[in-house]
Amino acid sequence: MREVLLIVLPLAGAVAAALWPSDRTRPWLLPAVGGVHLGLCLWLLVRPPVVTPDEWMGFDPLARAVLPGVSLLFFVCATYAVSYLGIRQDRPNRVFVAMLLTVLGLMSAGHQARHLGLLWIGTEAVTLAAVPLLHFNDTPRAFEATWKYLLIGGTGIALSLLGSLCLGYASLHGGGAGDMTFVALTAQGADLSLPWVKIAWVLLLVGYGTKMGLAPMHTWKPEAYGEAPGIVGAILAGGVTTVAFTAILRVRSVVGAAGAGPIADRTLLVIGLFSMLVAAVFLLATRDFKRMLGYSSVEHMGILSIGASLGAAGAWAALFHVWSNSLTKGALFLSAANIRRAAGSASMDAVRGASVFTPRSAAMFVAGMFAVTALPPFGPFFSELRLIRVALGGGHGVAVAIFLSCLLLAFFGITRVVLAIVDGRPRRSARASVTRFAESAGVILPPLAFLGLSLWLGLFTPKVLQDAWSAAALQLFPTR
Amino acid sequence: MNLNVLIGLAIGLNLVALGSSRLPMLIRSMSAQGVLLGVMPIFLVSEFDWHVALVALATVAGKGLVIPGLLRRAMRAVSIEREVEPIIGFEVSLLLGAGATVGAVVAARWLPLLPEHSGSLLVPGAMATMATGFILLVGRVKAIAQVCGYLILENGIYLFGLTLIKSTPVLVEAGVLLDVTVGVFVIGIIVDRIQRAFDSLDTRKLTALRE
Repeated sequence: MREVLLIVLPLAGAVAAALWPSDRTRPWLLPAVGGVHLGLCLWLLVRPPVVTPDEWMGFDPLARAVLPGVSLLFFVCATYAVSYLGIRQDRPNRVFVAMLLTVLGLMSAGHQARHLGLLWIGTEAVTLAAVPLLHFNDTPRAFEATWKYLLIGGTGIALSLLGSLCLGYASLHGGGAGDMTFVALTAQGADLSLPWVKIAWVLLLVGYGTKMGLAPMHTWKPEAYGEAPGIVGAILAGGVTTVAFTAILRVRSVVGAAGAGPIADRTLLVIGLFSMLVAAVFLLATRDFKRMLGYSSVEHMGILSIGASLGAAGAWAALFHVWSNSLTKGALFLSAANIRRAAGSASMDAVRGASVFTPRSAAMFVAGMFAVTALPPFGPFFSELRLIRVALGGGHGVAVAIFLSCLLLAFFGITRVVLAIVDGRPRRSARASVTRFAESAGVILPPLAFLGLSLWLGLFTPKVLQDAWSAAALQLFPTR
Repeated sequence: MNLNVLIGLAIGLNLVALGSSRLPMLIRSMSAQGVLLGVMPIFLVSEFDWHVALVALATVAGKGLVIPGLLRRAMRAVSIEREVEPIIGFEVSLLLGAGATVGAVVAARWLPLLPEHSGSLLVPGAMATMATGFILLVGRVKAIAQVCGYLILENGIYLFGLTLIKSTPVLVEAGVLLDVTVGVFVIGIIVDRIQRAFDSLDTRKLTALRE
């Protein structure tokens, strides 16, 4: 029952937001619903419910390992949204608030879907619900980004539908009933028709990989993150991509049961390394600090994909990285949003001296930069270290070498942009707009909370989370 | 009537769509294909079945009425010229489409299919339709023409999904159809905004964002 509330509550909140009369008080619905959602999630994390195997929806170990992190991300972003929408009173926020809550409800559904068809419906619906969030700013550039997001994302999602059907056909061809629940597919295991499983795997990897933003299907990402408000970027980068990643993990588990695990692992490893490489190269070239976050997200999706290719221990590290990446990205997106708002531009050609006009945000942006480039003692350092250990233990020396060089290149790329906008003296044109932006507690505390969470996750990874990740790894790679 | 005849007609409509030089024609061939697809499930099962009838009705209504209606509204609202403006010319598109159809028939022989599907045009038809969708998606300039390409791609996927008709629950199919319809609705809104912001629906003008 509690797990159904995770879906119903935000959707009911969305309806309430759509009917709410006042633009001024409506944003408070976000932290209210987000807070209850987070409370429920934490309760479910500590006291997981019993999931009967044939259920189509359920708070199973994989959902338990990821969804509380997404909920945490949403809640902190929601508190920021109250101040953000307070500043942006020039824009009506009815659709924005309602769709943000819809996205939360659909993400909860996507994470809990145990049926390929439902999973697809959830992912497609999240994609569509995010559209009004992307063009909140109502500029031509925002519509251009939205169009690319819709067309690329739509094609990707169409391919994943085709892949889902192929997996269903694999079951039918193997003498099964064509039941598309993950449990039934895994149980059919080696009886699944192998050629169809392989076709399905390629299509599903490309389809959900598009949604995750793996290269070369990542091209919508810098555009969308560059033009959308910071909270939307944070929720897309840490929440929506996670739905796609858990989808890939679930499918990978079926493919493993069918006996094509080694092929799946090889493709995941290659596409992961390729994503990191592409991201590193573009990070060295980009001049826009919000687009930079898009490429950084591509890089981290690559890291997740590599983790997924390394068996149970790798999946454990990847789930850890899901948490550390989303919380760290939250700090970066929100502090970048502050700087962007104060400076009136996101290009390093136009913005200089952020440490002068927004000192607190600039400090957090720099700290977030160190966190995301995996400097200790933040979360990403520990999750990536774990991943490297697993990879070395599995004899993937060359992959680790490429991995580390990409991290180094990404470090150069990110520090280049961040230091350029933080250092120096502000331009005269920027000084005029700065006076309108005050670094109030409402826009400073949320990113600070994200930094604190990232630090806490690295230093004191809680036992209950480690257990949740172990249980999820066991669900994905059952030991026989 | 034989199912293969219907699929053959749907493949013919692919070629009509590829050769259409005006948007209303493109939308009409896309929606006619949707209606054909909608009635196919009735020919696939031997006896009458509520589940199948429901899916058929919803698909005909969605693909034949609602979606083209939304697209026509988007087209009228932005009062654009009706020419399709190809990147890939009509003759080349048609040749590619015909080639893809032949290729699909050949490729389907290589695929391991169940006996009841290996004699039917279902799988090759699906592949040919998906290929048509892709050609339109990359080969047309107008946003609405690209959306038609996307919907024809979806039609192809739906055609393939018919192989699973006996095992897919109605809830899932309804959800898929709903998502596609909402998708077109959302696209319609964005198309309208792009027209207002750029004063054109030429997607080649969407080039402000690049590295």
